[in-house]
Amino acid sequence: MIDLDFTLTQGEFVLEVHQRLDQPVTVLFGPSGSGKTTTLDAIAGLRKPSRGTIVVNGRALFNARVNLPPHQRHIGYVPQDIALFPHLDVRRNVLYGQRPGQKLSLDIVASMLEIGSLLDRGVSMLSGGERQRVALARALMSAPDVLLLDEPLAAVDLELRRRILPYLERVRDELSVPIVYVTHDREEVRRLADSVLVLDRGSVVRSGSPEEVLE
Amino acid sequence: MDVWQITTFTIATALGATVLMIPPGLALAWLLARRRFRGRLFLETLISLPLVMPPVATGLILLLLFAPRGPLGRLLASIGIDVVFTWRAVVLAMTVMGLPLFVRTVRAGIEQVDRRYEAMAATLGAPPLRVFFSITLPLAFPALIAGAVLGFARALGEFGATIMIAGSIPGVTRTLPVAIYTFTEIGRDREAALLLLISAGIAFAALWVSNYLSARAGLRA
Repeated sequence: MIDLDFTLTQGEFVLEVHQRLDQPVTVLFGPSGSGKTTTLDAIAGLRKPSRGTIVVNGRALFNARVNLPPHQRHIGYVPQDIALFPHLDVRRNVLYGQRPGQKLSLDIVASMLEIGSLLDRGVSMLSGGERQRVALARALMSAPDVLLLDEPLAAVDLELRRRILPYLERVRDELSVPIVYVTHDREEVRRLADSVLVLDRGSVVRSGSPEEVLE
Repeated sequence: MDVWQITTFTIATALGATVLMIPPGLALAWLLARRRFRGRLFLETLISLPLVMPPVATGLILLLLFAPRGPLGRLLASIGIDVVFTWRAVVLAMTVMGLPLFVRTVRAGIEQVDRRYEAMAATLGAPPLRVFFSITLPLAFPALIAGAVLGFARALGEFGATIMIAGSIPGVTRTLPVAIYTFTEIGRDREAALLLLISAGIAFAALWVSNYLSARAGLRA
């Protein structure tokens, strides 16, 4: 359960989000510049709202008195450019955020995302689809309370998109981590979303089930 | 002849100065590269001052500060540490003169590191110090090496500040550059020439090691 109720001002741009996200997968949908990535950044603590509250599973990440730094938020983030650490191999990337005493093991995540054979490679040796899965594994291994995925399929071609989508569905179905998913692709909305927020120029202009919103 | 003593003494003090530069240098480079704060420009200017001031003037400032009756000298004397005209003064002069080069180089290296890597490390639960040592510093490693070599080379060649605060005491504070000057002045040209060759050799070796290490770091990244 994610309660977003904040205003974030950045120069001319004003982002207003007042929503409760209570579905397994919420898609943020809208044109570029509508505030989708900024919303993820605000949840992750990479950008600071000017006012309001951000609460995840009853835990206040941001309000008038609290502004938890990113490392205390327990947010798994796969940014659009993926940002795998270039100086670490795949294994050390994936294990970077491993929290002591967590249930999820490297074996489970590696087999779910089929990256077991990649673990000893350098990240520069990976293909686009492999990088996506490694980034996803890295985020999952930190046992996040929420998983933020920023257009994970935007940079890959159609063929690869068909191959990666099942992995995302598997993460959704096998792990009970709520996902906030940014895209402007209708097919991804149809296949993954339980609920959709449509953003335009910094405001949520529509929300509901994929059927209602995409009609 | 004391050529061997002068050479080892100079290398040892320059290495010591380089090691001393690294902790404050890293902190300052990170602050200047990554933080916006009041007085940032002042700090930046202050650090670079020894680069542009005459080294002798920097030496005089150090002398005033660390002389037995100077503000810092008195403090150190009270715990039994003499600085002026000892090997410590040599290391101090070298550190102060090398630090600006180290900070500038490492700062530029840190600015080159993509901040998104640091942001991702933070979302994965890494506190700022871990982010610095596991992400920022390894990615800026070639700059760290380059900065350390530049600082070391500057320390090796330090003359003006050294002569002010440490003098040229044979077997105590006399370094290579100071010895070259002293020997030339008193007409011991052969020793001066020999020390000149040694200086060139050390400088060459330091640069070679630096180029080798940055080439290797470049291959890895």
